[in-house]
Amino acid sequence: MNNIELIFPEIFISLSIMFLLILGVFKKDSSKMIHNISLLVLLITAVITFNETLSINPTTLFNESIIIDYLSSFMKIITLLAAFVVLLISSNYLRTFKIFKIEYPILILSSVLGMMIMISSNDLIVFYMGLELQSLALYVLATFNRDQLKSSEAGLKYFVLSALSSGLLLYGCSLIYGFTGSTNFNVISTQFNTNEYAITFGIVFILVGLAFKISAVPFHMWAPDVYEGSPTSVTLFFTMVPKIAALTVFIRFLYVPFLNLIDQWQMILVFLSIASMLFGAIAAIGQKNLKRLIAYSSISHIGYALAGLATGSNEGIQSSVIYMTIYIIMNLGFFSCLLMMKRNNIYYEQIDDLSGLSKNHPLLSISLLIILFSLAGIPPLAGFFAKFYIFKAVIEQSMYFLAIVGLLSTVVAAFYYLRIIKIMYFDEEKDSYDKDHNLWLKLSLTVSTILILMYFIFPSELIDVVSKINII
Amino acid sequence: MNFPILSSLILLPSIGALFLFFTKSKSENKITAKYVALFTSLVNFFLSIYLWFLFDQTTSAFQFVEDRIWIKGLINYKVGVDGISILFLILTTFITPLCIISVNNSVTKRLNEFLIAILVMETFMIGVFCSLDLVVFYLFFEAGLIPMFLIIGIWGGARRVYSAFKFFLFTLLGSVLMLVAIISIYWITGTTDVVQLYELGIDTKYQNLLWLAFFSSFAVKTPMWPVHTWLPDAHVEAPTAGSVLLAAILLKMAGYGFIRFSLGLFPSASEVFTPLIYTLSVIAIIFTSLIALMQEDMKKLIAYSSVAHMGFVTLGIFTIQQQGIEGSIIQMISHGLVSAALFLCVGVVYDRMHSRLIETYGGIVTVIPKYAILFMVFTLAALGLPGTSGFVGEFLILMAAFKDNFLVAVLASLGVIIGAAYMLWLYKRVIFGKLINSELKKMIDLNKSEAFTLTCLAIPTLYFGFYPEPLINTIEVSIRDLIDTYNFSVASK
Repeated sequence: MNNIELIFPEIFISLSIMFLLILGVFKKDSSKMIHNISLLVLLITAVITFNETLSINPTTLFNESIIIDYLSSFMKIITLLAAFVVLLISSNYLRTFKIFKIEYPILILSSVLGMMIMISSNDLIVFYMGLELQSLALYVLATFNRDQLKSSEAGLKYFVLSALSSGLLLYGCSLIYGFTGSTNFNVISTQFNTNEYAITFGIVFILVGLAFKISAVPFHMWAPDVYEGSPTSVTLFFTMVPKIAALTVFIRFLYVPFLNLIDQWQMILVFLSIASMLFGAIAAIGQKNLKRLIAYSSISHIGYALAGLATGSNEGIQSSVIYMTIYIIMNLGFFSCLLMMKRNNIYYEQIDDLSGLSKNHPLLSISLLIILFSLAGIPPLAGFFAKFYIFKAVIEQSMYFLAIVGLLSTVVAAFYYLRIIKIMYFDEEKDSYDKDHNLWLKLSLTVSTILILMYFIFPSELIDVVSKINII
Repeated sequence: MNFPILSSLILLPSIGALFLFFTKSKSENKITAKYVALFTSLVNFFLSIYLWFLFDQTTSAFQFVEDRIWIKGLINYKVGVDGISILFLILTTFITPLCIISVNNSVTKRLNEFLIAILVMETFMIGVFCSLDLVVFYLFFEAGLIPMFLIIGIWGGARRVYSAFKFFLFTLLGSVLMLVAIISIYWITGTTDVVQLYELGIDTKYQNLLWLAFFSSFAVKTPMWPVHTWLPDAHVEAPTAGSVLLAAILLKMAGYGFIRFSLGLFPSASEVFTPLIYTLSVIAIIFTSLIALMQEDMKKLIAYSSVAHMGFVTLGIFTIQQQGIEGSIIQMISHGLVSAALFLCVGVVYDRMHSRLIETYGGIVTVIPKYAILFMVFTLAALGLPGTSGFVGEFLILMAAFKDNFLVAVLASLGVIIGAAYMLWLYKRVIFGKLINSELKKMIDLNKSEAFTLTCLAIPTLYFGFYPEPLINTIEVSIRDLIDTYNFSVASK
């Protein structure tokens, strides 16, 4: 037990959860306090992760079942910061629906803990444990607005389908264990026989389970309903944070034990990627609800991240990580706008509610305009660079078909982003929305918009950070 | 390192736009906003004239080059001008202030935002003409979609939404293939720096596909038949200033791209695909001229005539002769001046009568004589009368085409005749004839700013018509060098 300090972030967060639970039970009206403490916990954990683990050599713990390296530390910091911002900007929303309760921050903390374990896992069982911890917390979060039928429906749907996918995933794990005799990624990579078809079956089942978690087509059916039904602040959480963790597991699982089987899984990833990009882009066209629309848009975006992973190269992994980072910033901006669409304590979430927004709220609409063009991948905004890196990695491997389909689906996707812009800028205005927003909400919108707009001035910084990720 | 004059040209309009963004858009500030925008664009214009003054005409090398690391180990921010690009740069900085002056009447709402959009657009257009790196070029080329989409969509006419979407999606669809090609070039040669690529050359076995990918983008932007259909829609629905920018500068990006990238980077593929370009150009010239003949909407007529004129440009470029390419560039400059002026002319009568239909007008020569005179100058320039800049370009192009392919040249000459027919017929129906519509009698002749803008456009049109020497001197050496390189690489294949 030498390097125990390396999992200090996880230990700290677990102890905080327990402490906060006890505090919540014994102290009345403590929800605001717990909310603030949780914010602090997330921030402190991020700082610890940054200080303790970011710059060390890859180290394994607990019989190699946990790995701490640059990838895991980087992804953990992103997860923690994203969760921090979600918590920061969701308080007003929760208050409006009278669900500003102690459970909310604690559930977010527990799911973040689960994700951190997933990100660090180097073993199928540890990975599964983390996955279930985060999933259980997420089911509850989806139903958090339990007086609303849609929210309960979303939670139930998510629970049933997610449990199914966990079952598939477990079956895959057991197959791999059966044919290699170990659950540890490092051991598996030395043990398996490339001619064994059962291993391939195991990989397929696990990939299906993981694809479910990141809502890649054809395992995406739950996403639009769950995203629409859940409280908006939870939807924001869903669209970003669990995907980071699942994507890291994707990277770790495919590239550590099974890099030699790339011929087997590359086709699957290419299919998932193309299907997600195209389906997400086409299905979003008909949507009327912004949250449903962003669900399809996130399906499409995950397709691009998978395209980077399908390359089987370090550049591909790095481009996926860059893509997810930029995607998170864009998503934060988008949802900050969504959380600002409030009038007389009612939140509006139909696309038509944006009609003529530019006349009453010029700043809000110009931010949303920038975010939407960036989501569509139009230069010189950050979203373009995200796609650029992906396609650079994809074309390096001569996967031209994937690149061309991906770029064509950006044209399709541009259509529905343009439709929102059209409604904002070209249509007649409606009543104006409230203008006295939470300071943090304004700040998160401003910061994300400026980051998106100004990314082109300092594009090297993010690459420098990400280029230290070295899996192969 | 000298003063970064090109970067200043690129950045200045954006700084002006930023300044406008932070000034409150109240009605009493409208004049101020306009003066700020006008001042910015005029500074830019004089800066570019100064650039032309400093420009060394005796060399084909890139001048005023700035080279900075942008994405480490991947892309450099590299800008520079040579004889081919400098004229487009000056055209851009010349047209933009005129656009800003002309917004008087056509744009009534959200003037501040409109000026911001135009200034941002200027940044991107200048960027396109100076960038010497493929990725930087692509960035500027695509970014121009955003302000133009908004200009058409917010301030446009009745069918603005349809037109804005069509414009955006058509252009984007064409361009994404170019992005694939650019990244492929990076992996094939290890650089996206245009100067280095000129020296290295690209393996002939890749050239055809890469050429087609670039072509898909430029063909949409030019626009060439059969992907020209977005242009009439966009022109008709855009506000006057938007149409002027579109016709005068945006279309030139593609012609410039053909010369700089298609000829420069893929010589052997250009040779292979010359017949394709010839065919499409001839179809564009004759077919769209015939369509223009039948138009009832003045803006649509000029839009179709633009397609025909750009057909001449592509024809001239792919003759790959000194005269042909010189002619194409002069034709583009001339078309930039003339089509801008024609759209402004339509804007003038539209502001007064709120109709673009030809049948509304007739016999207005007695009511607004000054307008009639200036309109006549540009009509004649559009049909290529000797003594106007339109003639020089068309003449050089046809001369080069006759040397290369007799049939193509004859067919293209036919287009000149149809061109004369529709322009003169348009002029006759609008200006002459009987004054039937009594509303027309109330029309007021050109006000000061309209007269000023149109005169500003008329002077270079006539000056370069009689004396195209300054233009030719500027571009000559660069084109000769381009053609030498082309012939060398085709011969060594």
